[in-house]
Amino acid sequence: MPGLLRIGYKLLVNDRGKFAALIVGITFAVFLMIMMTSMFSGILRRSAATVTNVGATIWVMDPAVNNVLSTIPLPDYILDAVRSIEGVKYAVPLYSGAALVKLRDGTYEPVSVIGLDDSSLFGRPELEQGHIEDIYAENGFIVVHDAEFRKLGNPTIGSEFELNDHRGVVVGIAKVATSGLFGIPTLYTTYNRAIQYIPNTRFTTSYVLIEPKAISAIEHIQSEVKRLGYDALTREQFIQRISRFYMYQTGLGTNVLLMAVISFIVGLSISGQTFYTFILENLERFGALKAIGARGSQLVLMILFQASFAAFIGYGLGIGLSTLLTRIAQLRLPSYAAMTTYGNLGLAFVMVLIIAAVSSYIGVRKVLRIEPFDIFRG
Amino acid sequence: MSEKCCASSRSTSSGAKLSAVAIRASELVKWFGEGDAKTFAIRGVSFDANFGEMLYIEGPSGSGKTTLLSMISGILRPNSGSVTVHDRDIWNLPAHQLADFRLNTIGFVFQDYHLFPRLTTVENVAIPLILKKQDWDASLKRAQHYLEIVGLGERAQLPPVKLSGGEQQRVAIARAIVSAPDILILDEPTASLDGDTGKRILEFVKSQILNEKRSILVVTHDSRIFPYADRILRMEDGKITGIVSGEAAREK
Repeated sequence: MPGLLRIGYKLLVNDRGKFAALIVGITFAVFLMIMMTSMFSGILRRSAATVTNVGATIWVMDPAVNNVLSTIPLPDYILDAVRSIEGVKYAVPLYSGAALVKLRDGTYEPVSVIGLDDSSLFGRPELEQGHIEDIYAENGFIVVHDAEFRKLGNPTIGSEFELNDHRGVVVGIAKVATSGLFGIPTLYTTYNRAIQYIPNTRFTTSYVLIEPKAISAIEHIQSEVKRLGYDALTREQFIQRISRFYMYQTGLGTNVLLMAVISFIVGLSISGQTFYTFILENLERFGALKAIGARGSQLVLMILFQASFAAFIGYGLGIGLSTLLTRIAQLRLPSYAAMTTYGNLGLAFVMVLIIAAVSSYIGVRKVLRIEPFDIFRG
Repeated sequence: MSEKCCASSRSTSSGAKLSAVAIRASELVKWFGEGDAKTFAIRGVSFDANFGEMLYIEGPSGSGKTTLLSMISGILRPNSGSVTVHDRDIWNLPAHQLADFRLNTIGFVFQDYHLFPRLTTVENVAIPLILKKQDWDASLKRAQHYLEIVGLGERAQLPPVKLSGGEQQRVAIARAIVSAPDILILDEPTASLDGDTGKRILEFVKSQILNEKRSILVVTHDSRIFPYADRILRMEDGKITGIVSGEAAREK
C-alpha cells in the first residue's frame, strides 16, 4: 500500500469511535437494502414458480394473462392450431387452477392443482418418492414437497384426501425448483383428471405449452400465435411479464423501492455525517499537510481511499449480516421468500459507491478549501 | 548523534548551487479585503535571509509577522513584490510546483505543532518523506534517526498526545527537518512552552539544526529567546522598523 494511503488508513482506523460509527452506518444501510431487495426478488421468483417448475420453452396464453393464477381458459381449437404451426415440435395443454381439499382430520386446505398432459406428462416434476407412472393410477396425485407441504398434514404415499367430493390418493412426493408465492400446497395430476375433479368453465385449457423444433423457430411461432389473437411467450418473457405485474401493478415494487431508498438515505446520512465530522476534526491537520507540501490530488486520493475503505468494509459486513439473517430466517420459516441475487448485490454496491462518493465529496470540498495560511494564523 | 550527518548528503530541490542568500524578499505588499474594508498587512517589505543564519522576525500582535512568513514560504500570495529562493521567484511557479517547493525546500514548525494524534510519533515525523512518495519503511527509519537527533528516539512509538509540550515541539522540529530542507520556519516556537523549555529548544535548534546550508527564520515576540538570533527584524504596522544584530540583542 502506498505510504500516503497507509497514513489515510491509520488516521481513519485509529479513530475507533468514528470508524465504528461509519462502519455501522454503512453496514446497516447495506443490510436493509439487501434485505428489502432480496425479499422482493424472492417474491418475484415465487410468483413465477409454476413457470419455472413446469419448465416449458413457450407458453401460449390469452394476452390479458399477467400472472400464473389469473388464467383465462383457451378455446379448444387453439391446441390444434398451434400444433399445425411450422417449427412446433410438440404442443400440449396444461391445466392450472385452485381447489379446496378436505383432509382426513376434516379440515379444508386450499391447493393449487396442475394438470399435466395425459399422454406426455410434459412439465412433470422430479420425484423424491414414488414413480411418475403412478399418476395414472385411480385418483392419483403427486404432492410437491415445498414450504407448504406440512399444511396437508405431511402426507406420505398412500395418504388420502377429498377434492370436490372426489377421492384423492398421494402416489408420489415431488421436489421443485421453487416454492409458490401464495402459501398454498401444490398438487400435480393428469390434465383429464384435473378438469374432471375441479369445476370448470366452458374451456379448460389454461395454457398450451410448446416445444419448438429449434430456437430459431420461436419468433415464427410467436408471430403465428399472435395472428390467432393470443400470446406465445418464452419462459423468460412470461417470468418477466409476471414480475412486471407484481412490480408495477400491485404496489409491491413501489413499496420495496421506497424501503430501499429510505435505507439508502439512512446509510448516507449516518456515514456522510460521521465522515464529515471526521474531516472537520482533522481539518487543521489536512491544512498543515497542505502547508508542508501535500498536493491537492494527494489529499483527494487520501480522502477517497478513506471513504471507499469504510464503504467496502461496511458493504462486506452488510452482505454477511443479511446472508446470515436470511439463512436463519429460512431455517426457522420455510416460507420465507428472500433470495439474494447478483442484481441485489450490484444495486447495494452502487448505493455504497454513491455513499462513498458523496461522503468523499463533502470531505474533499472542505479540505481543498482550507488555506494553509489559516493554519499559520491559528 | 548529529543531524549534520544526514544534511551533508542532501542537495537542493532544484539542484542549483546554493548562494549565500537563502531568501530574498523584495517590496512585498499584502492587503486583505476590498473597498472600505481594505487593510494593509504588509507595506513594501524587503529583506534577505542568509544561509547559516538564524533570523528572527519580531513585533507586536498584528504587525504582519505571520503574513510575511506565509508569503516567503509560498503559502500566501502577495499582492505585489517577489520572493526569490535559489534564484527563482517562487510566486511565478504553478500551484503544483509551489507545493513541491514547500515540500522540498521549506520545513515548517507550526505554533500549535499540528501533529496527528492518531499516528505514532515516528509516523508523524515521516510525513514529509511519505508525501515525497518515499518507501514506508525507509521513511520510518529516517524519521527514527531524526527523532534520535531531537532526543526522542525512545518515544517513537507513542502517540504525540502522550508527550509533553516541549517534546511535541521537538517532534514538530524533527518533522520539519526530516527531509533536509534549506529553510526552516518556526512560528512562535515558545508560545506554548515555559521559559526554560523554550530556551532549551532554541539552544538545540541553533546548535544542532542550524548549519551553513540552512537558514532558519523564527517568528516570535518572546524576548527571552532573542539572544539565540543572528539578526532580528523588528516589524510594526506591516513594515520593518529596524534590524538588530543578535549580538546587540544579547548585550541588551
